[in-house]
Amino acid sequence: MMDYEKILSKNVRSLQPSGIRKFFDILDTMKDAISLGIGEPDFVTPWHIREAGIYSLEQGFTKYTSNAGLIRLRREVSLYLNRRFDLKYRPESQIFITVGGSEAIDLCIRTMLDPGDEVIIPVPSFVCYGPLVTMADGVPVYVETKAENEFRLTPEELRAVITPRTKLLVLPYPNNPTGGIMERADLEALAEVLRDTDITVLSDEIYAELTYGQKHVSPANLPELYDRTLVVNGFSKSYAMTGWRMGYVCGPEAVIRQMLKIHQYGIMSAPTTSQYAAVEALRSGDGDIEMMRDSYDKRRRLMLKGLRDMGLSCFEPRGAFYMFPQIGGFGLTSEEFCTEFLREERVAIIPGSAFGPGGEGYARICYASSVENIETALSRLGGFLDRLRAGR
Amino acid sequence: MKDILKLLEEDSRYTPAQIAAMTGKNEEYVRETVKRCEEEHIINGYTALVDWDRTSEEAVTAFIEVKITPQRDDGYDRIARRIYQYDEVESLYLMSGSFDFSVIVSGKSLREVSRFVAEKLAPIEGVTGTATHFIMKRYKDKHRAFIVEPEQEERTLFV
Repeated sequence: MMDYEKILSKNVRSLQPSGIRKFFDILDTMKDAISLGIGEPDFVTPWHIREAGIYSLEQGFTKYTSNAGLIRLRREVSLYLNRRFDLKYRPESQIFITVGGSEAIDLCIRTMLDPGDEVIIPVPSFVCYGPLVTMADGVPVYVETKAENEFRLTPEELRAVITPRTKLLVLPYPNNPTGGIMERADLEALAEVLRDTDITVLSDEIYAELTYGQKHVSPANLPELYDRTLVVNGFSKSYAMTGWRMGYVCGPEAVIRQMLKIHQYGIMSAPTTSQYAAVEALRSGDGDIEMMRDSYDKRRRLMLKGLRDMGLSCFEPRGAFYMFPQIGGFGLTSEEFCTEFLREERVAIIPGSAFGPGGEGYARICYASSVENIETALSRLGGFLDRLRAGR
Repeated sequence: MKDILKLLEEDSRYTPAQIAAMTGKNEEYVRETVKRCEEEHIINGYTALVDWDRTSEEAVTAFIEVKITPQRDDGYDRIARRIYQYDEVESLYLMSGSFDFSVIVSGKSLREVSRFVAEKLAPIEGVTGTATHFIMKRYKDKHRAFIVEPEQEERTLFV
């Protein structure tokens, strides 16, 4: 018998499959639950984008593209970033197309890290950064952001964790799961802290189009940060294209050139059909973005009011499509709370503890779901809270 | 007002409380706006989109092109009124192009609709010709697809 524990990579074995495995095991057995758990748009990809993918197949465009992706797609990305976010990147040398934002994040980390290098990760945040850092022999350094700071990373918090080994700072804004954003002044304050360091910023801007009330500002919008920022973005959230696996990364030419090598050996090129669909999305999808954002915004308000009406304290999310209410104070951990809520009321929401230290006491609720689902979920949550408050 | 109308057009069952929450207005304002829109005939009613093909009821809908001779003084309106007063008429539009009115007529059977065209619609003074097209299948109405697309396979993943 092979002893796989002995032969498998220590790094891989050290990864947690998920901090909240038990919760997902129960969710697996419950197929009829209302799920406000999966973080993805509830829209189908707009038809004109799907049609462009189909048309590319009809024309027989089924071969690899160049490693960096179709040049016409990179040109469209360049135009789009300039048009929507005032970001300037050269399509030939500063942009390449990845398999979703996730690959782009992985590549940024692997391109920058030597063993033992530290990566600062504000939490609560999406779960991939820490494990990817570990896989690159780096050391994740978590910083807990606070509700009273609207889950922004403050300059003091940043300064406190910088060491000579710090290589990367992840800025996951607009944030999943908190809905927090960073405004220009917040970024300027961080830039001040970073000024005399060699730290690179990895800005995960996958939710950049989904902000409510103010436009997204990228760290790369700040001249003092542009040269040290890697921007990761993609099509999943803004165009409801999660299954197409289309993302991209932009940054200084010297970094992108190195990064492209990993992509070249590990991936070759992003899916061709998806790239043709993505060209169409960028060419004529601005209206789709507005339509979907407007729709999320309505549901955002509806859910926020619902949660606050039942006495839950909840930061008003300013980006992405999640609520992150406080559910502590009932004598239950967030995992216990969500597990019991799922068992008793058949509604899936995600325990805050899944999003790293600092998430305990919260739960993430995705409001990219029908108004009917939201109302039903809210009413069941209200009943559940009443029972908790009455000591059951 | 536009936000409120758009929401009602999306689903007229939304309550004033829901609309207020979604638009960031207060409930009273929503109620008053809706009432005013009803009074000013901006909102002309609320209805359900029924797919009769999924019931055991027989139902037939026809789209009829109607050519007319416009009348002095009243133009098209007088003839239009004579057409749309019939309960059988679901919709009536004045068109540009090769015919004048587009009339949507529904009934229980082909015969019932045919009789309506032959006995009621065609003889109206000023109507010079009709062409009746029966609707065979309704794929989409009012932005709603009547075809139920298959669901994507269940997934457990964490994003």
